Amino acid sequence: MADNGIGASVRRVEDDRFLTGRGTFTDDIDRPGQSHAWIVRSPHANAKIKSIDIAKAAAAEGVLAVFTGADMAADEVGSLPCGWDITNRDGSAMKTPPHPPLAVDQARHVGDQVALVIAESRALARDAAELVAIDYEPLAAVTATAAANKPGAPQVWDEIPDNLCYDSGWGDEAATDAAFKQAAHVTTLELINSRIIPNPIEPRVAIGEYDAGNGKHTLYTTSQNPHVIRLLMGPFVLGLAEHKLRVVAPDVGGGFGSKIFHYAEEAIVTWAAKKVGRPVKWTAERSEAFVSDAHGRDHVTTAELALDRGAKFLGFRVRITANMGAYLSTFSTSVPSFFCTSVLGGVYTTPAVYAQIKAVFTNTVPVDAYRGAGRAEANYQLERVVDKAARELGIDPVELRRRNLIPSSAMPYMTPMALEYDSGDFAANMDACLKAADYAGFEQRRAAAAKQGKLRGIGLSVYVEAAGLGPSHLAGKLGAHAGLYESAEVRVHPTGSVTVFTGSHSHGQGHETTFAQVVSEQLGVPLESIEIVHGDTDLIPFGMGTFGSRSIAVGGSAIMVACDKVIAKGKKIAAHMLEAEEANIAFADGVFSDSASNQTLTLGDIALSAYVPHNYPLDSLEPGLDETAFYDPPNFTYPNGCFICEVEIDEETGAVAVVSFTAVDDFGTVINPMVVAGQVHGGVTQGIGQALLENCTYDGDSGQLTTGSYMDYTLPRADDLPTFAVEHNEIPCAHNPIGAKGCGEAGATGSTAAVINAVINALAPLGIEQLDMPATPHVVWRAMQAAKAAAAE
Amino acid sequence: MSSISVAMTVNGTRVSESVPARTLLVQLLREQLGLTGTHVGCDTSQCGACNVLVNGRAVKSCTMLAAQADGAEVLTIEGLESDGQLHPMQAAFKEHHALQCGFCTPGMVITAIDLVANDANPGEATIRKYLEGNFCRCTGYHNIVKAIAAGAEAMRS
Ligand code: FES
Ligand code: FES
Repeated sequence: MADNGIGASVRRVEDDRFLTGRGTFTDDIDRPGQSHAWIVRSPHANAKIKSIDIAKAAAAEGVLAVFTGADMAADEVGSLPCGWDITNRDGSAMKTPPHPPLAVDQARHVGDQVALVIAESRALARDAAELVAIDYEPLAAVTATAAANKPGAPQVWDEIPDNLCYDSGWGDEAATDAAFKQAAHVTTLELINSRIIPNPIEPRVAIGEYDAGNGKHTLYTTSQNPHVIRLLMGPFVLGLAEHKLRVVAPDVGGGFGSKIFHYAEEAIVTWAAKKVGRPVKWTAERSEAFVSDAHGRDHVTTAELALDRGAKFLGFRVRITANMGAYLSTFSTSVPSFFCTSVLGGVYTTPAVYAQIKAVFTNTVPVDAYRGAGRAEANYQLERVVDKAARELGIDPVELRRRNLIPSSAMPYMTPMALEYDSGDFAANMDACLKAADYAGFEQRRAAAAKQGKLRGIGLSVYVEAAGLGPSHLAGKLGAHAGLYESAEVRVHPTGSVTVFTGSHSHGQGHETTFAQVVSEQLGVPLESIEIVHGDTDLIPFGMGTFGSRSIAVGGSAIMVACDKVIAKGKKIAAHMLEAEEANIAFADGVFSDSASNQTLTLGDIALSAYVPHNYPLDSLEPGLDETAFYDPPNFTYPNGCFICEVEIDEETGAVAVVSFTAVDDFGTVINPMVVAGQVHGGVTQGIGQALLENCTYDGDSGQLTTGSYMDYTLPRADDLPTFAVEHNEIPCAHNPIGAKGCGEAGATGSTAAVINAVINALAPLGIEQLDMPATPHVVWRAMQAAKAAAAE
Repeated sequence: MSSISVAMTVNGTRVSESVPARTLLVQLLREQLGLTGTHVGCDTSQCGACNVLVNGRAVKSCTMLAAQADGAEVLTIEGLESDGQLHPMQAAFKEHHALQCGFCTPGMVITAIDLVANDANPGEATIRKYLEGNFCRCTGYHNIVKAIAAGAEAMRS
């Protein structure tokens, strides 16, 4: 291993700039001559726009222009596209409504973009926005997922009956029904996967700029995947070809999925910059983020588990209604369908699985992928229902799981949902976690807590994700409109330092360090001689960006393949320079050596020769040492693990405290254990947040978001959380060159079930079987009161 | 829009600027002085990304008018290094991987320094409580808490 290579907890190279205030986040960028945009948003959940009078606003101090949806429509600006088509059970296509960047004749959620004011300063634009007079005709609105598809519900789109986007089926329905017919026991659970507002601490920002000299547009944006934005916004929304559009995503302050999607504001500022002839900057206020960043989750589910007499799982069946919001965000349709259903088999040998998914429109902010997208919902359903089955059958939840885990000897394992798990030892994860969490000692801790007036509970969750997105041919069959490979260019400079251009994007993941570790390991170049460049479509060949825990598994593999190409070319150059047989040239630790003569050349020697090709095989080899690879993975990766959570509940107040949280994860080969543990901490915290704190609610009558600020929406704080215990169980991925499975989402995917299972475990002695997230003190206290009242009767 | 002039010491340098009266301290720092290390994460004084030291105390610079800081000593994240060396708290954040995206980080470091000024040897519970005005969405706070304890120790020695 190189000193700072794969497996070393190298301190991050990006930290110095963030710690000294020298990062460059999008809002830190000001372009010469820049103007400022303020977006007028709908105060109504559903309203016809009868007229918009911009005269007063246009005449206000410092205002350059005021635009409406009609102006964008007149310029033939297109609809924000949805990138994933789902087919209905009857074979028909899903319904895709238009999504203009500025609404034209109807606003469909609170926060919908209705008009744009551009002024000399943000404050002046905001002042003038108050003067835009919009005559709305408010209409009845529907916000609740469960209500949207009911007869008589208010219609979000006149042309889409019953608000139904799609009704799709996944898995083998007949086999699953047959399994249920044979079952000795069926456990049924109705649950809600609560709605989440992602809340990266950096709000979204977009700056549009147009250079009339060369006809080129530039967009600076807070994005996880600038090439995807260039592709979606350029040709599809604004009619701009890629060579005339540069998209830059500089330092980005967290994403968690919410910065994957192409947002209206990106198209608006890019379009407007040419209109006003000046750069246009838009920075979201947090209140705007609440009503314009895509939300996450929001499923209503009935889950059923069929078991035989020996408590072996025979079948798993779910019916999900998933909220899409008012418009289809970029990957929205794939989340409850492909991403959720593909892993419904989980870590178990369940032979038959079927899911029916109804996606519905509501008058709410669009809903799309949030850390763990789909897989988190799947795991929550499955692990909750398994715990309930254990209680119903009087079997220890560990024992019930153990009876049904896929054994490591069965790898590779083909699931009923057509995924092939390549590797994993689920029982080993669970055993390690039980030991680390001292599961055996729990009853003593429970008894001790009871003496303090606390109800103590323990819960576990075993998980597997489909990550490392993903094989392009499979994604295409499943409805994706894009490939899911990643690109990398490894440029060795004449004196041996290296610049890597990656299509992955780092917004907290630490790629500038971890990707450099991969290169250091491969090429034997010291870390300080390697630079990782990301986030600029003019510099990087192409990229699908960072989401779905794909960066190291797919982006890192692309870098690995490009390094291999560098080494292969270097061997040819070395053979020529050493007058040796190419077959005799070996490469290790940055040195090419000829086994016949023991002569050596460094990578730097080779690079210099490649760029100054005086003694060089010019007749058979091009000069230069700069290789590009596009890596398309043959399979998904399957991060897996086990989480155990312990909680204590205050009997008086219903407050739930997480007293310990233990994670054992198999992420395959770990590049940087320190960074990976950090990803687990953050992911688990988001799961704890969803399980106990974060509550997104809409007022049913008015359709107002009633949790639209940090005063109402409870983001986890330091004193809501425990110290975490994190271990890795490294079983390399069998099909990518690094062996990595990805670690970004696991914490969020597996943790909600562990937390709620712990809460229910604590409350089960009172007869409480079911609670929905978030289990706030209010929710828990009410459940305890109801249970006590029922017991008294 | 009426303008006012404000003068203060920022990171050891005297500055005086003419700004609209409603200008917030954070706007003065970021937009007038180009000190973009101080961030804005919310509009309800909750997130702490904007924390700076004003006369030695951590203050949410999004919640203070520039005019209120007239005559004050302001220290931002850009002013913490000395002789090109990270402040011990900055160094502890790096050593303990207490930052991921780095957006909350300047506010966290400033808050941590403010804490240590009040309590040279804070325990875990104290640290967690003291961070009640600072959000981090990336780290789960685990490593921030460790870093602050280590930074405090380094500042003592
Ligand atoms: S920006 Fe000041 S507290 Fe959030
Ligand atoms: S490091 Fe990203 S918000 Fe704290």
